[in-house]
Amino acid sequence: MSKVLIFAEIADGKVKKGAFELLTAARSASLSTQVLALGTGSKAALQTLSGWSITEAFAGDNSAFNNYNPEVFAETVASAIKDSGADIVLASSSLLARDLFPRVAAKLGSAAVSDCTDLTLAGGLKVRRPMYSGKCSAEVTFLANGPKIVLMRANQLPVGEPAGAGAVTVKDLPAPTATGLRTLIKDIVKGASGKLDLTEANIIVSGGRGLKEAANFKLVEDLAATCGATVGASRAIVDAGWVSHSIQVGQTGKTVAPSLYIAIGISGAIQHLAGMSGSKVIVAINKDANAPIFQKASYGVVGDLFEVVPALTQEFKTLFQ
Amino acid sequence: MKIFVCVKQVPDTETKIKLKADASGIDTAGVKWVMNPYDEYAVEEAVKARETGKATSVTVFSVGPKSRIVETLRTALAMGADEAVAIDAPEDLDSGLTAKALAAAMKGEGEFGAVFTGKLAIDDNLSAVSQMLAENLQIPHTTVVSKLEIGDSMVAEREIEGGTKEIVQLSKPALIGANKGLNMPRYPSLPGIMKAKKKVIKELTLDGLGLASAQAAFKHTAFQLPAEKPPVKMLEGDAAAQSKTLATLLRQEAKVL
Ligand SMILES: Cc1cc2nc3c(=O)[nH]c(=O)nc-3n(C[C@H](O)[C@H](O)[C@H](O)COP(=O)(O)OP(=O)(O)OC[C@H]3O[C@@H](n4cnc5c(N)ncnc54)[C@H](O)[C@@H]3O)c2cc1C
Ligand SMILES: Cc1cc2nc3c(=O)[nH]c(=O)nc-3n(C[C@H](O)[C@H](O)[C@H](O)COP(=O)(O)OP(=O)(O)OC[C@H]3O[C@@H](n4cnc5c(N)ncnc54)[C@H](O)[C@@H]3O)c2cc1C
Repeated sequence: MSKVLIFAEIADGKVKKGAFELLTAARSASLSTQVLALGTGSKAALQTLSGWSITEAFAGDNSAFNNYNPEVFAETVASAIKDSGADIVLASSSLLARDLFPRVAAKLGSAAVSDCTDLTLAGGLKVRRPMYSGKCSAEVTFLANGPKIVLMRANQLPVGEPAGAGAVTVKDLPAPTATGLRTLIKDIVKGASGKLDLTEANIIVSGGRGLKEAANFKLVEDLAATCGATVGASRAIVDAGWVSHSIQVGQTGKTVAPSLYIAIGISGAIQHLAGMSGSKVIVAINKDANAPIFQKASYGVVGDLFEVVPALTQEFKTLFQ
Repeated sequence: MKIFVCVKQVPDTETKIKLKADASGIDTAGVKWVMNPYDEYAVEEAVKARETGKATSVTVFSVGPKSRIVETLRTALAMGADEAVAIDAPEDLDSGLTAKALAAAMKGEGEFGAVFTGKLAIDDNLSAVSQMLAENLQIPHTTVVSKLEIGDSMVAEREIEGGTKEIVQLSKPALIGANKGLNMPRYPSLPGIMKAKKKVIKELTLDGLGLASAQAAFKHTAFQLPAEKPPVKMLEGDAAAQSKTLATLLRQEAKVL
């Protein structure tokens, strides 16, 4: 019987959605499930997880874990995995996890596979992940004896409801020793947006060169505001300096997997598609009926974005009133 | 200080992907190979450091089928790298073995001050080799770096979720995984290309590195092409009519609003 350890990220004192996707998967497979979280407030956050069939929980409730330091995190997480006896480790494929777990895997002599889109736990671990910019996918066969580390892309698994009560006992993980550290987090410069990161967002509204000039990006922001979406962009307008690279979607930007992706004035170049073709529903708004984006879209609107987008913003406003 | 740079040869994004008949991987016949785009940033940053006197030399390393990866190594030499090391290996090495091979090869090249890699390889998108290599070399690392200052230590700016930036200071030697934004990679110049042609590329084997019997930790199997998408539904009417239909479809049919 497999023993699963879920690495839960905490934001604003709460367990993030990605961890609930993993908790749901582990519970439906009736596996023995442990949870691990790091940072101030993690203990209290884990204590709220009753109803998720957790056998053990571990918290490094220490400010030394508030900012991600690869050295500190890798040491702590690797030894916690060893102590837990887990043979499967699950985490969301966040930037933090993608950076952390390969180093942990190297410590443990095992493998970490990131950005997985399919996960089966019942009847043995089965994992698939896209390759070659989403042009094909492959199953992962683990060969090493160490724990199998699987990082799941956000929004791929359903989230259930907690079932039943019962207190979760959370054990404390020791604070890291700060001697001999070669990595120092000097500063954190907060981004402007309070919105979900593109990689976690459920709805994304993206703009491209069809917007003509920087000021018109406001059309994208206005539409996004009506439905709680995160804004994205094609590389063309990032390179033009209209918006920051942090919101670029695509091969040299972010890979996203929202339920809804609205592409406005974006032609659908292969490098853009590489980042967004995993979206569940894709809407393309483009005046050129032959734009390649329509081949990937679920719904196509051929028209002038300067007319369509304000009209759609109005519709959404009415819808969400 | 010497800078070591890892470069991976990957299929060009524009390449059409065909699967092998037994679905064990992609059919590489007819694939156009290029340097992994993120590795271009890594090479550029290293060459710039040497040009500004912050580094003494730049050595590039690549793991893969020797006959093929020399092309990517020559591109790096043409961009200004000084030396190149080709580690001959089958193309389906997993990230752990790739990192072990790179670490073993680097240990054979003497002291170094920094290792630069790309933040991920665009073929399998794992973003694993850099961190595993850092662990094998027992040096600190940071990835997704869009700004770097090299002094007594290295100060890297990395972008994290939601546009937030982290400023990380690393003592040398350290590994940096390059992101877009770090610099503008140069095109190899004609004299650069001519010079690169004459350079000797050092060749190593997994056997020679003591890794011939090392086991992979995972394998990609059962490759599949994506399922056919249902055809796009094109909406009709003027902007107002299309918007109305779209809002209704998104709520009632697709159920995403
Ligand atoms: C190595 C490499 C990596 C790359 N990585 C990325 C990446 O990560 N992300 C990315 O996006 N790109 C990437 N690119 C660039 C990519 O190839 C395209 O150049 C880019 O995606 C084009 O952006 P766009 O669709 O906004 O612009 P365009 O291709 O110029 O398309 C603009 C679209 O707007 C439409 N339009 C114009 N006016 C209107 C109007 N009034 N109303 C409605 N529609 C209108 C046009 O019909 C057109 O389809 C990369 C390229 C390379 C070589
Ligand atoms: C044509 C092709 C076919 C493949 N077929 C299979 C297959 O059938 N089965 C299978 O299991 N896997 C296959 N692979 C996968 C692949 O060989 C390994 O999984 C991969 O080398 C591990 O690196 P990564 O993608 O994790 O690199 P990442 O960790 O994403 O790369 C990060 C950085 O590490 C450095 N780096 C990575 N790899 C190398 C390298 N080889 N040399 C030098 N630097 C490097 C680069 O600087 C890169 O930017 C195939 C790959 C290719 C290109």
